[in-house]
Amino acid sequence: MSTTLTIDQNRYKCEAGETVLDTLLRENVNLSYACKKGTCHSCLVRSDVAPPGLAQSGLKNTLTKQNYFLACQCYPEQDMQIRLPDQSEFYRMGTVITNKLLNRNTILLVMAFEDAFEFNAGQFVNLQRSDGLTRSYSIANIPEVSNTLEFHIRRLPDGVFSTWLHDEVNVGDSIAVSEPRGHCFYIPERREQGILLVGTGTGLAPLAGILNDALANGHSGPIHLFHGSRELEDLYRIDEMRQLAQQKPNFHYTPCLSGSEVPEGFAAGRVNDIVFSQIPDLKSWRVFLCGHPEMVNLMKKRTFIKGAAIADIYADAFLISYH
Amino acid sequence: MSTTLYERIGGEPAVNAAVELFYRKVLDDSTVYRFFGNTDMDTQIAKQKAFFTMAFGGPNNYTGQDMRNAHAKLVTMGLNEDHFNAVMKHLGDTLVELNVPGDLIAEAAAIAESARDDVLGK
Ligand SMILES: Cc1cc2nc3c(=O)[nH]c(=O)nc-3n(C[C@H](O)[C@H](O)[C@H](O)COP(=O)(O)OP(=O)(O)OC[C@H]3O[C@@H](n4cnc5c(N)ncnc54)[C@H](O)[C@@H]3O)c2cc1C
Ligand code: HEM
Repeated sequence: MSTTLTIDQNRYKCEAGETVLDTLLRENVNLSYACKKGTCHSCLVRSDVAPPGLAQSGLKNTLTKQNYFLACQCYPEQDMQIRLPDQSEFYRMGTVITNKLLNRNTILLVMAFEDAFEFNAGQFVNLQRSDGLTRSYSIANIPEVSNTLEFHIRRLPDGVFSTWLHDEVNVGDSIAVSEPRGHCFYIPERREQGILLVGTGTGLAPLAGILNDALANGHSGPIHLFHGSRELEDLYRIDEMRQLAQQKPNFHYTPCLSGSEVPEGFAAGRVNDIVFSQIPDLKSWRVFLCGHPEMVNLMKKRTFIKGAAIADIYADAFLISYH
Repeated sequence: MSTTLYERIGGEPAVNAAVELFYRKVLDDSTVYRFFGNTDMDTQIAKQKAFFTMAFGGPNNYTGQDMRNAHAKLVTMGLNEDHFNAVMKHLGDTLVELNVPGDLIAEAAAIAESARDDVLGK
């Protein structure tokens, strides 16, 4: 049986026995690929309908939920509308309704949208300035009736976009916002599972969203949040988190400081060490890691060695690209 | 009818179970960690999946030359017989932990062993 693949306005016939990748290569569609064995995940694309299970084998559940699949492993069973990774993004305008300091170098930016903005708490969007300059920022809240998105943005020394958001963007301004992206989010299943949230700096943004989502979904297992920075002045939302920990018996919060001054009530050291002194065994835990790329990569390995299953480790490294 | 080792051992689900156990052992083994530690973990996992599919005699298109190429960089990093033996041990331990019968373990070990010269670039 042949099927029709649609990309943008173009339609391609996928012959019986052909994979989606075969068809697209035959039609000279530009798509990255490498192993053709389902191993390298280079040809990851997205469909409008649920793809055959085989084409999603080995993918994270947050990807399968969004109908991502491997083009090289997909023998379509029905017509599909396909989104390539580099396909031009749909942007919509949001209006800034809050821009205020959370600590000495981080702002809370809240944007409102006219229509409902669908996302999973913990995903990120690309913000785009009118000159085309684009950066990724994580959504810090859960979907709300007010159609708002909340961001925590740290000022980087000489960072073009973050400085612009800090110094020049005012309430009432509009900014273009992409569709939500990423697969670091909470799925409401196995509610009794332990959840480990580890973030440095503004890595707290996606974690706050994930935390609130898990609590809103009645997650009953223990939820441990470790938020780290060097100095006290670079943490934020400390009182709010402590309060939440008092209200929710299954939520535990540990602010961590790696610098030399560590006041009472804070754990001394790096998050990557403190976590394991409190939770030595992560077998059957779900893990979320967000923030500094080095921390994220190190913790991916360490949490895995301590027993977390690969499929249960979700991570967003806040990669900074030098332009 | 004789089925393949890959089928008798349990196919893809068995590979997936084995990869996690195996990779955890490798990362926790300071003698071979450096060969696996620096690259992105998700890509490594996918490659270890290829390793097991191969060791179980499952569907794969790897040739001896592919094995040479895949490990050539590691050889320049000092990959030797000892490292190979360590990986063979982790392979065996993993399969024991998964309660794979001894005769099947021996078959898988023999397949992996047959890649020794290619992996070590000999
Ligand atoms: C998935 C994802 C989610 C993210 N979420 C968040 C978030 O929630 N909050 C947040 O604050 N950030 C987040 N980030 C980071 C964010 O996207 C930006 O990278 C960050 O804000 C810096 O952008 P910038 O334009 O201010 O800095 P840039 O102008 O891009 O510069 C970055 C830094 O590099 C330095 N630099 C620039 N060029 C050079 C050079 N040639 N040599 C040496 N140094 C140089 C600059 O001085 C600056 O300190 C996220 C990133 C990713 C990938
Ligand atoms: C026992 C026999 C072995 C077999 C059958 C084998 C098989 C494989 C296969 C199929 C791949 C994937 C290749 C690809 O698609 O890129 C691979 C990659 C790899 N193997 Fe092996 N391997 C063996 C031994 C070893 C040993 C002894 C080491 C190190 C101690 C090792 C380290 C690696 C590493 C690090 C990679 C990833 C290389 C990269 O990042 O490109 N392997 N192996």
